[in-house]
Amino acid sequence: MLNRGRNIEKGRVITRRMFILAAAKILLFAGISSRLYNLQISDREKYEILSDKNRIREWKTPPQRGIIVDNFNKVLASNDRVFQLHLILDEINDFDVTIFKIKNIIGLDQFEIKKLYKKKERLKPWDTLVVSDNLTWEQFSKINLYLHELEGAKPVLSTSRFYPYANDLVHIVGYVGDASPKDLEKPEIKENFVPGLKVGKYGIENSQEKMLIGNYGIKRYEVNASGKRISQIDYIKERQGNKVNLTIDIEIQKYAQELLNGKAGSICAMDIYTGEVVAMASSPTYDPNKFTHGINQKDWQEIRNNPLKPLINKSIAGLYSPGSTFKPLVALAALEYGILDPNKTIRCKGHKHPYELYGVKYHCWKKEGHGYMKLRNAIKQSCDIYFYEMARLLGVDKLSIIAKRYGLGTNVLGEVYNDEKNGLVPDTKWKRRALEQSWYLGETVINGIGQGYIQTTPLQLCLMTAQIANGGYKIKPHIIKDDSINYKDVINKIKLDQSNFPLHQRNYLDDINVKYYQRMYHRKSNINFVLDAMFGSTNEQYGTSYKSRYDDPKYQFAGKTGTSQVRRITDLDRELDLDTDQIEYKKRDHALYVAFAPYKDPRYAISVIIEHGGSGSKAAAPLASKLIKRIIDRHKLREQFNNGNTSLA
Amino acid sequence: MLRERIQASNYSFLDKLKSIDYLLILLILAIGSISVFAIYSTEGGKFSFYTKNHIIRLSVFFSLFLILSFVRVSTWYKNAYLFYLIGLILLIVVLFFGISASGATRWINLYFLNLQPSELMKIAVIICFARYYHRIQSSDIQSIKFLIQPIILLIIPCYLVIQQPDLGTSILIAGSGIAIIWLAGLNIKYFVYSGLLLLVSLPFAISILKPYQKSRILTFFNPDRDPLGAGYQIIQSKIAIGSGGFFGKGYLKGTQSYLEFLPEKHTDFIFTLFSEEFGFLGSIILLFLYILLIYRIINVGLVSRSFFAKLYCFGFATAIFLYVFVNIAMVLGMLPIVGAPLPIMSYGGSSLLSIMLGLSIVMSCKIYNQEQISVY
Repeated sequence: MLNRGRNIEKGRVITRRMFILAAAKILLFAGISSRLYNLQISDREKYEILSDKNRIREWKTPPQRGIIVDNFNKVLASNDRVFQLHLILDEINDFDVTIFKIKNIIGLDQFEIKKLYKKKERLKPWDTLVVSDNLTWEQFSKINLYLHELEGAKPVLSTSRFYPYANDLVHIVGYVGDASPKDLEKPEIKENFVPGLKVGKYGIENSQEKMLIGNYGIKRYEVNASGKRISQIDYIKERQGNKVNLTIDIEIQKYAQELLNGKAGSICAMDIYTGEVVAMASSPTYDPNKFTHGINQKDWQEIRNNPLKPLINKSIAGLYSPGSTFKPLVALAALEYGILDPNKTIRCKGHKHPYELYGVKYHCWKKEGHGYMKLRNAIKQSCDIYFYEMARLLGVDKLSIIAKRYGLGTNVLGEVYNDEKNGLVPDTKWKRRALEQSWYLGETVINGIGQGYIQTTPLQLCLMTAQIANGGYKIKPHIIKDDSINYKDVINKIKLDQSNFPLHQRNYLDDINVKYYQRMYHRKSNINFVLDAMFGSTNEQYGTSYKSRYDDPKYQFAGKTGTSQVRRITDLDRELDLDTDQIEYKKRDHALYVAFAPYKDPRYAISVIIEHGGSGSKAAAPLASKLIKRIIDRHKLREQFNNGNTSLA
Repeated sequence: MLRERIQASNYSFLDKLKSIDYLLILLILAIGSISVFAIYSTEGGKFSFYTKNHIIRLSVFFSLFLILSFVRVSTWYKNAYLFYLIGLILLIVVLFFGISASGATRWINLYFLNLQPSELMKIAVIICFARYYHRIQSSDIQSIKFLIQPIILLIIPCYLVIQQPDLGTSILIAGSGIAIIWLAGLNIKYFVYSGLLLLVSLPFAISILKPYQKSRILTFFNPDRDPLGAGYQIIQSKIAIGSGGFFGKGYLKGTQSYLEFLPEKHTDFIFTLFSEEFGFLGSIILLFLYILLIYRIINVGLVSRSFFAKLYCFGFATAIFLYVFVNIAMVLGMLPIVGAPLPIMSYGGSSLLSIMLGLSIVMSCKIYNQEQISVY
């Protein structure tokens, strides 16, 4: 019985302990269940994201860059087919061996190989290494021949930027290159960047990046734990960048560039009503295609060390004293302010009896003097003495108001070029602020002939001429086509306003829905006077550009020469009176010319600057004359094209 | 008593069939078939090596389970020490002639199966302890004399298994042994004291751990310590389970396992795969099946007359619980990764064999539940 009792006791203990254990088990299972609940229900989203991050990997595909075309839709910057060699890193067992083989096949030098190793270090193990982005056909076919020996190698047909007009457009269109860390800070590049993508470095390519860059595509792949692609889940196609349409006429641009060949300088041509820049040449120039795949050191040094400074876009970043090309504006200012009667006569007595002010002598450029001059003749023959006196009477502040109104002193194209200069139109306030000096009357006097502090870019001179030639109307210069404005309407309204003067019953410009356009003149007759004087300068005997004239009214133009001194002319110089050829290049005068054409019904303004070219009438005016003929010959075509007849393209 | 013994020995076959726990068999089959689907999924939905092998093993061992269920429980009782001895010998054999894989020497090559003796030892310890405590009077249990023996019996296999090294199995063996000592009625104070002792000696214990084991434990406390190394498994496992959500990603659609982010997915991490594909719902159902299984085993113990059967069933139920709990808690990141398979679900012959063996003893307890076992 004792034994049995003990046994019952033992059985009870076992059962009791079992129940305690069971309770513990239930507790622990509950713990597991709550953990499952936490992971799978409370935190589900977090883990889902992690899981997707795990399994989905994105590859970005580069977009094609938008093309750039001229006014006639001629392609100025295209995307050319190129042959590339890519290496898929995770398919390569031995990188050194593969590179060695590739080196032997396409012939890489030590420097390039070093660069590849550096590049590889920055990549992830599943990334693609671009060995070469521009193989020759020969290299490409060789690679294809040995492809079976090259693990991970992938010959790729891709696109890269190509500039068919290379040298003729580099200052306008610019060029592309590899993105620098600074480029990557720009939001439009940052948002759309794909490794290997070329970005704009200068010009339109740079400033219109947002338009041109496009959107990258995304290929989403499901990958396994080692990053190998299992299947493609998604492909968002890349979008090519937008087309940028320039106002440039490539034929005229080419011709302008040709005219400048061998010289340093600039030619700008502009539509005086629409403000469209038709040509903007700068010389010397260089080939932007060399930059696309990274320029080599030798070419780069050659461009950089050229004393004529090809890297500077002289049309907008070159600053010059306008010289006598400024005179029409000085005359206009004097007339508008009623300072001087155009019939006032001043005698130019030559170098022996120069203009004197407080004991300082101011000479005319003409040694023997012009004799008795009225205003029209003074413009036509570019008499300095007359303008000294007129500037003195006018004062620099009034002159600067008019100069600024007609487009000097501020950059012309706005944000399009980051290197465009504002130039400088001095006045007394400016001098006090910038130089902390008071203004001297002598400075006003030389300002009257476009010397002294005044600095202008060739494009500003072109705009100034355009805004006088169109009858004194403010226009909006631009180089990228603006479809939002109906230019036909603008032209009609301006012409209507011109012909109805001086009735002035209404301002026809108010009808244009773009408020930019406005009258700038005070009296129409003043504008007409200046235009007439410029006509004389080109088309009448003794005019400074008489030799470059056309008698055919279709091509007949009016202009103003300018010769801007790059240094002070000493008495010795005056005595020697050397020819341009006899002076050291760096010391020669800049030759300038501004003009508008055709005279009867003007449409284009043009400015020419030849650095150290000597006199404006000899070096600059003949080039302008040639270009004007070409522009007028192409005017009809341009007009037809811009009015919607695109079939001529 | 004699009458009962005669009765017991004269169970008719029909009686035996009648007293089989069919619900237990059903549960085994249910978990078994789930495991086949899970293993099939680890192979990306291809009927290939692991699936084939698993099915074969499952059928063979299930048949073995059925056959061994008819072995008298007294036979198990008689041979309990022998069983333990064989297990011990095999563990020693492994020490010298075992085959290695991934840095551990755990297996004996039997040509048709790589036997892992430590898995058999899990059962051997339970059956051995059940026998040991069967005959000890409850008044003697508290005495040191009777406590020393099972502790030695437990330390030897645990030490041998740790040497392989296999911390997980060793802990499970120790766990099931301690569970039976507990069931037998050893005073609670011993457990409290030894628990405290363990806590105190923990720093020392950690210092003798293998570097990989140390890193696993450190990683457990902070998986982000080394997300691509030691922490990788647990991070990926949690991602897989968490991303499963309530309903799961669907059968054969578990991206984590399909895309090979999950290591050991057909063995220790099979629950992760299952949970990723079947979600919270599936996991709870599976857990419930295990609870039912444990409940049925306990139930057999309750209706058995002999202490041996009771101790064995309760002990085995606790062992099963431990296996399931350690495995799932491990893949959920609640315990360090210590290599413990999920019973029946995980791919692995020895583990399956030992579970089926254990279950067959449970079944034999059920069939012969009226059998009294005298103290030999």
